[in-house]
Amino acid sequence: MESVNAKYVSQKVSRTRWRPVSVSSFQQPEIFATGSWDNEDNKVSLWSIGNYGGLGMEDGFEGDPQLLCDIKHDGDVLDLQFLDQERIVTASSTGGVTILRHHPNSQTLSVSHQWERAHRYPCDNAPCTSVVCSSPEIVSVGEDGRIVVFRADQEGVCRVIENADSSTIHAVTYLRTTEVLTVNSIGQLKLWDLRQQGGSPSKILSLSGDRVPLHCVDRHPNQQHVVATGGQDGTLCIWDVREESSPVALMEAHSAEMWEVHFHPTNPDHLFTCSEDGSLLHWETSSHSDMPSLLHEGSRNSGVTSRSAMAPAGGNKSLISAWLSGDSSKSCLKTSHMLPSQTLSVNSLDVLGQCLVCGTDGEAIFVNRQVLV
Amino acid sequence: MEELDVEAVVTEIPAVSTGKHMGFAWGPGDILVYETLYKAKGASSSGSSLIHEVRKDEDIYSPILRKLFNESHHIFVGLQTVGEDVPSKNKKPQFVSISKNYRSVIRACMEELQQLAVLTKDAEAATRLGNQVSILLAIELIWNLCEVLFIDAAPAGSLLLHLLDWVRLHKADVDEKTREVLQSESPAEHHNYWDVVVSYVLQGRVEEARQMLVKQANLHPAARGMFKLMDKLLSKMPFYNPRSTQTLTEFDVIWRHWHEEVDRCLQDNSFSSNQHLEFICKILLGDEDSLLECKDLLGTWYHFLVTRLLFCHPTVKPTDLHYYAQSCMTMFLDSRSVSEPLDSILLASFEFDIHQVIKDCSIVLNNWWFVAHLTDLLDHCKLLQSHNLHFGSNLREFLLLEYASGLFTHHSLWQLAVDYFDHCPEFGRVYLELQIERVPLETERKALKVLRVCEERQMSEQVRSICKIMATRALRNNRLGSALSWSIRAKDAAFATLISERFLQDYSTRGTFSDLDLIDNLGPSMLLSNRLTFLGKYREFHRLYGQKHFSKAAKLLLSLMTAKIAPQSFWMTLLTDALPLLEQKEVIFSVDQTYELMFCLEELTFSQVAAAASEKKPRQVSWS
Repeated sequence: MESVNAKYVSQKVSRTRWRPVSVSSFQQPEIFATGSWDNEDNKVSLWSIGNYGGLGMEDGFEGDPQLLCDIKHDGDVLDLQFLDQERIVTASSTGGVTILRHHPNSQTLSVSHQWERAHRYPCDNAPCTSVVCSSPEIVSVGEDGRIVVFRADQEGVCRVIENADSSTIHAVTYLRTTEVLTVNSIGQLKLWDLRQQGGSPSKILSLSGDRVPLHCVDRHPNQQHVVATGGQDGTLCIWDVREESSPVALMEAHSAEMWEVHFHPTNPDHLFTCSEDGSLLHWETSSHSDMPSLLHEGSRNSGVTSRSAMAPAGGNKSLISAWLSGDSSKSCLKTSHMLPSQTLSVNSLDVLGQCLVCGTDGEAIFVNRQVLV
Repeated sequence: MEELDVEAVVTEIPAVSTGKHMGFAWGPGDILVYETLYKAKGASSSGSSLIHEVRKDEDIYSPILRKLFNESHHIFVGLQTVGEDVPSKNKKPQFVSISKNYRSVIRACMEELQQLAVLTKDAEAATRLGNQVSILLAIELIWNLCEVLFIDAAPAGSLLLHLLDWVRLHKADVDEKTREVLQSESPAEHHNYWDVVVSYVLQGRVEEARQMLVKQANLHPAARGMFKLMDKLLSKMPFYNPRSTQTLTEFDVIWRHWHEEVDRCLQDNSFSSNQHLEFICKILLGDEDSLLECKDLLGTWYHFLVTRLLFCHPTVKPTDLHYYAQSCMTMFLDSRSVSEPLDSILLASFEFDIHQVIKDCSIVLNNWWFVAHLTDLLDHCKLLQSHNLHFGSNLREFLLLEYASGLFTHHSLWQLAVDYFDHCPEFGRVYLELQIERVPLETERKALKVLRVCEERQMSEQVRSICKIMATRALRNNRLGSALSWSIRAKDAAFATLISERFLQDYSTRGTFSDLDLIDNLGPSMLLSNRLTFLGKYREFHRLYGQKHFSKAAKLLLSLMTAKIAPQSFWMTLLTDALPLLEQKEVIFSVDQTYELMFCLEELTFSQVAAAASEKKPRQVSWS
């Protein structure tokens, strides 16, 4: 495994996101944003790992990320997404949603628009836990159980679904352009059709058995019905939202809360998860081998087991092949650790092309430029 | 009362008017001070309404030093698990490499601070940064020396080589001067030229000295013989090679021969025509007066010490170091110059008095970082065992606890402190239990992290208390689902009961359930508390009724009362719910079931009558 170096940044990193690169150009991403938490003055920062022309690319890590610019942020940055090449949306622990604009000429960040107290209690602030965008629409969810829809160009709020949930909504993602999926702290996935005016979800899925709170969710890039979630006990679940009301596959991934799960955007046979226990796992599935085998790679023994447990009532679905069993052929699931040694909680990760960036509570950022996908 | 080691430092609180008495309260790492009504003399008067926070340790708030804390935390955690399967004699290289890691972290911080100090325009900030840099320099100097003397514990012979490395590392200005000289047009005529050559010789860098001398030799062809002689002497200077088969005694013999040869050259007046070369010759002989003439070039007494050892006693034993150290310090520092704390710390190191080193460092530095990590490393090298302490507990643990407690006062760095407490076997857990409850919990995510810390260490009381705080907060904001999820995490049946009561109250007042998504999907967590089970089952009854599965609904309703799941206060409602089922055209309740219903009603009536009798309130019970 290539050596991955830590860049210490004097702030606990709660979110890291690559700036999107246009799909047509085969460039690797160069710029990423980070948000901090638990500081008296929190910041959103932009970093660059730009090519320092002509240096040999022997190892995965090369050159420190350089700080381009940063801006003070009111409250913890609980989520951060790029709206487009220049604008970043953040979710704050004060309940506000902010759009920041990056000015590449002066290399500064400025507040473009802010919806303060988008999430709130009658007499208190409610943190906004997650935000997702599909330009120009932005959807945010928070501890107050509310779903709020904004449009980037409009002053006020577009739509509010009050009391969408009686518990905290931890994450939200788009399923289709008009449908979003939320996960909450009583272990439920809820589908919401934004075209409908009602305040109730169109579908609720949950685990049978213990209702473990779910913290993160991500949709398969190509198959819109396949969704992965991560829970408080570190289990990774794969769901098929079309029919089943229980997950298709359940894997013990980590020994503590899983904070983020991401399918690789262009190579969805690869999945990445990061957790409070300080590890970042790279999952790889392939559907073309004869023997099911669970391989462990990585320089340390951390006792991670991957097993797939399953069988929903419907069928004879065997180990995941392309995450859902299409055919009953056996498949191979490989797991490897991406960080060299035990760190404090890895709060966030993002992967684009061959580049992976993650941030930890040890105030370090790791960038890996040669992820094998 | 015990004597104080140092004079107490006085801190002025500028905002408090003079003459006023101040009140104060201790915090974990700071003091809160306020103005009282009272004056030293005169009538009391109202004071300002300000509270001042006096902080001892500013360093943890410096962004660059934060990197030091984080990186060293990483090294610390790695150190605790190092080579548990490796026998102790093989651990020394690992400890040395860990020590070097720590030092490289210090150096990296120092460089960053230095860069920032150069760039900053604010004079006050620049001074402050400069101070921080010099403190880090001193820390690294001390650590390096401790590594050489204690951790690496080099024997005679190698000891001098390590000390030479140590001095060379901390005297960087020689290279700067050399660069300046070499970049000039005629290096051999540069005014600093001979300074450079002498500095090289003083540091034992004979190769470089020889190369520089060649330039001078080329300028004075007439004196070539003299320069050749000096070159020969320098090239023959013996250095101990620990990897060779040569013993220390053999080396000593060779060295003495060389020393005599140099002496002969001096006595022969071979260098008398060139005062510089003669001076260098005297230095090679270790002549004290000549060395003291180079005070400016040496800069510090410990450089003087190492140089003197190089040219007089290269086979010095570790145990003899302190004699030379003491005498060198006295010689170098004349009576006018003040001895700094750094000097006494270094002297204590040469005397192998680890405890004195740690004690002096603790007093001088305002942050426990250095002493805590160094002591921990020395403890792992088993160097602190044989010492007795007055205050009972382990010195290492004491310092680590102090350091970690200081970290806990920081709004962010408390997570690092947890690991430090983990590795303090005696009191670490207690400290952690007390401190972890005081971490402010603004968001659920932070609460989850704190909870994870507590759960991993089986601190069940803290888990319960944190969950209760979060659940109460959720309840206050009417987030019943969140409150329930917190009580499930803490397995807090009492709280779950409370939440169920809220739901049932809501139902009684409004006639419908709120938060159906929660109640409908309780799952096995329903079993946490009786009331919660009842809530879930009651909702199920409504669902069955709504779906027109009347017989199932009836059976469930009855079982709720007969199995005593339902609280008696709710029985009236349940019986009222049974009415429409009784009034249906088809028979839903069987005979037995109907009898049971009547029995329940009777029981309810009796208890109500009994309650009424004791309250002397007449009540009517009627059948409809």
